[in-house]
Amino acid sequence: MKHQWRAFQPGVWEREINVRNFIQKNYTPYDGNESFLADATRNTAQLWDQVMELSRREQEAGGVLDMDTRVISTITSHGPGYLDKEKETIVGFQTDKPFKRSLQPYGGIRMAEKACADNGYQVDPEISQFFTIHRKTHNAGVFDAYTPEMRACRSSHIITGLPDAYGRGRIIGDYRRVALYGVDRLIEDKEEQKMTARSTMYSHVIRLREELSEQIRALKELKELGQIYGFDISGPADNVQEAIQWTYFAYLAAVKEQNGAAMSLGRISTFLDIYSERDLREGTFTEKQIQEFVDHFVMKLRLVKFARTPEYNALFSGDPTWVTESIGGVGVDGRHLVTKMSYRFLHTLKTLGTAPEPNLTVLWSVRLPENFKKYCARTSIESSSIQYENDDLMREMHGDDYAIACCVSSMKIGKEMQFFGARANLAKCLLYAINGGVDEISKKQVGPKYRPITSEYLDYDEVMDRYQDMMRWLAGVYVNSLNIIHYMHDKYSYERIQMALHDMNVTRWFATGIAGLSVVADSLSAIKYAKVRTIRDENGIVVDYDVKGSFPKYGNDDDRVDQIAVEIVHTFMNYIKQNHCYRGGIPTTSILTITSNVVYGKATGSTPDGRKAGEAFAPGANPMHTRDSKGAVSSLASVAKLSFMDAQDGISNTFSIIPGALGKENQLFMKDLDLDMDLNLNLDPELELECGFNKACSIPNLMTGLDRE
Amino acid sequence: MLGRIHSMESFGTVDGPGVRLVIFLQGCPMRCLYCHNPDTWNMDGGTQMSADDILSQYEKNHTFYEKGGITVTGGEPLMQLPFVIELFQAAKARSIHTCLDTSGITFRPERPELLKQFDRLIAVTDLVLLDIKNIDPQAHVRLTGQKLDPVLAFARYLDDKSVPVWLRHVIVPGITYKADLLYQLGQFIATLHNIQSIDVLPYHDMGKAKYKKLGISYPLEKVTPLGQEEALAARQIILRGIRDEQTAVHSLSR
Repeated sequence: MKHQWRAFQPGVWEREINVRNFIQKNYTPYDGNESFLADATRNTAQLWDQVMELSRREQEAGGVLDMDTRVISTITSHGPGYLDKEKETIVGFQTDKPFKRSLQPYGGIRMAEKACADNGYQVDPEISQFFTIHRKTHNAGVFDAYTPEMRACRSSHIITGLPDAYGRGRIIGDYRRVALYGVDRLIEDKEEQKMTARSTMYSHVIRLREELSEQIRALKELKELGQIYGFDISGPADNVQEAIQWTYFAYLAAVKEQNGAAMSLGRISTFLDIYSERDLREGTFTEKQIQEFVDHFVMKLRLVKFARTPEYNALFSGDPTWVTESIGGVGVDGRHLVTKMSYRFLHTLKTLGTAPEPNLTVLWSVRLPENFKKYCARTSIESSSIQYENDDLMREMHGDDYAIACCVSSMKIGKEMQFFGARANLAKCLLYAINGGVDEISKKQVGPKYRPITSEYLDYDEVMDRYQDMMRWLAGVYVNSLNIIHYMHDKYSYERIQMALHDMNVTRWFATGIAGLSVVADSLSAIKYAKVRTIRDENGIVVDYDVKGSFPKYGNDDDRVDQIAVEIVHTFMNYIKQNHCYRGGIPTTSILTITSNVVYGKATGSTPDGRKAGEAFAPGANPMHTRDSKGAVSSLASVAKLSFMDAQDGISNTFSIIPGALGKENQLFMKDLDLDMDLNLNLDPELELECGFNKACSIPNLMTGLDRE
Repeated sequence: MLGRIHSMESFGTVDGPGVRLVIFLQGCPMRCLYCHNPDTWNMDGGTQMSADDILSQYEKNHTFYEKGGITVTGGEPLMQLPFVIELFQAAKARSIHTCLDTSGITFRPERPELLKQFDRLIAVTDLVLLDIKNIDPQAHVRLTGQKLDPVLAFARYLDDKSVPVWLRHVIVPGITYKADLLYQLGQFIATLHNIQSIDVLPYHDMGKAKYKKLGISYPLEKVTPLGQEEALAARQIILRGIRDEQTAVHSLSR
């Protein structure tokens, strides 16, 4: 066994690239509480102060502190960058200094130019010229192939957020492989894959061989990236600090080359715990040191930055990078996957303060250890920065070594990847069904000229019939637009380092998405249970609706309308499935607009549920704002009826609640207990003795009632 | 039997332990000046539902309520006493934790028939949230339009029956946010043995909008809402009342 693998339990992971097997053989489930955690070191505090100062200056400068306009970002394009070399235990930035955004033109030169221009910078004209004339980009490729219909759908926003001008993201490399095996072994493995790949030159074989060569090239560059920072990462990591550093280099290589809409990290904490446990046993590092490594690593993840346009930021309500790290969950053998490292990652919300990135995501199971559940709850209350996902649901499909890309998309690490893009606006689609494919805002014929509805009052069966036709059409345009996008992305902006950290044969999820579900459900419910009168413009286009009478609304655990929502998702998913998906992609859909629901709403006219033109949709699968009147459980119950198998890429329900509404406040308890102590102290001992169980205890019991709550 | 239900909250977290299905019953004889649910006063309003209708709602989402149960509040739930008995009996038959949020105002120990009904209710009630509005008899009438006696009698009755009680008390500037009243309340509480917690709630004016909607003038228009700090201070005075009373009792017995 390699010396770096000393004291590890052997297994097939030694003979093949198999991180899951390594984890299963070696990890130590942790059932204890958080009392072992260490505070931030002085160095951590000073580094973080430096980050906050830079952050402040970035804000002052209007959101961007520095941009590279000359050097095209590759894995090895920049020299080393530091905050403070002496203090950093984990190193590496996307460019040669922190807060300097890299230039990534392969997704689209116009987007790169605009991102610079909007922030007051100009891309080197030679680079602009080069990527306009000599080297085609993903964006240019897509627009060469788009049909007029696709362009019309794009500009009318019935399909929104197509990743046709920037990186598609959502691909998670198994960055842990670099730490466990070292880069040399991974190159060997890829060489072997290339050797054993088919040699009859079908186009897909040619593509595979070319991609494997690109992957090998990227791995070699990854080694160079290590050298730039003074590390030899050709072999396995020897301790937890190296394991974090090696893993981070792999991730860093990815974000140096891909400005993806979501650049998620994977599921690394329990993997790293195996190293830290060994280091603690061997006396290599103390708890304080290990927390410092984690803190410095997370600090780096918080500083991942991309050059983006204000429009992009408007769509996503901010400048998210979706550095999602999946924590916890339960293994298929029934042991939970919570380790001390799970705690250390969540603890960064305290050592460094709260932040939206990295997007710490707890894979929640009823079988997680009680201590960890409590710690999560407390940390959530204090930081509002933890995302929760249903592990019990996803484990069935993806096993126990999957991770979340972006916010809800689950995939087996290193074995599954995703072609993602955009959302079909199902609310607008309903309006198209009513207006025979004419856009209610632009009044242009965007969809097919199906017969419009001409009656004054809407009839449920008639609308449903037209709506199904229109959804089938929309699914077709949508899937085919994505086919073009992913073909071109593979061709012009291939994620070579991320794919180098995948198996050769990967499963590809073809992830579509829908927006406006609750608007559609309520609209159809209104048509079915109330009276909806159409209000038309001079050309007979329906531009508004008059709703008389009450109707069941989605979000109240009422099957009459909830089943409409279920049916719509099921129907649309079936229409998606009827289409050919690029590269053997397996179609899925998601219902998860977290922020862009505002933008979708803006682009959609009045709807038959009484929602007025321009009003925001509800996020994801949420009920419409204020229409759920029976409280959270009923609201959640409505959402929970949607079938995961019809929306395997995820269903989101954004749920905000003030801590006070979740029970009595923490602070109140604490103070109560203090009061109680005072009370006892003031009683003289004799008195206490005299107080029988029934009497004296009535006072302390005032508090036990609260305790149990 | 059908009850008149004002509304239901499927995610109640402050009306008893755990997550609870909270049922607001229609109808209340009190007219508390700070009432934030004036829409529940009317005895004839609401939707008619059976115990089974309510419990089937509960069963559908029972996983949420594993550590909780149902809470009946209002309005004044005791105005529909037979219905609450039926509901709680049905709930207990399904091993659901039952909690009654009441002012105790309809309690009449001198009426044996009624007392029998209360006995039946209490047999299927796991916890009572008892709201003592004001410990001073005259002030109680001014604040609520009803007498204080039944409330205190009910508190003692619950004590005799050893039914666990969480006490609630709303502090309102100029009405109940007074040191002597709070202290007196503490002294009264000290005589009870079944009190598990005391929740002092600061007055808020979030009910205002409802008054407007119902076309009733809001009686506390000029009263400013209180904060958590005042509530804590008030609670301390109550606790002092309890402690002093306890000490006095013990000195006597010594």
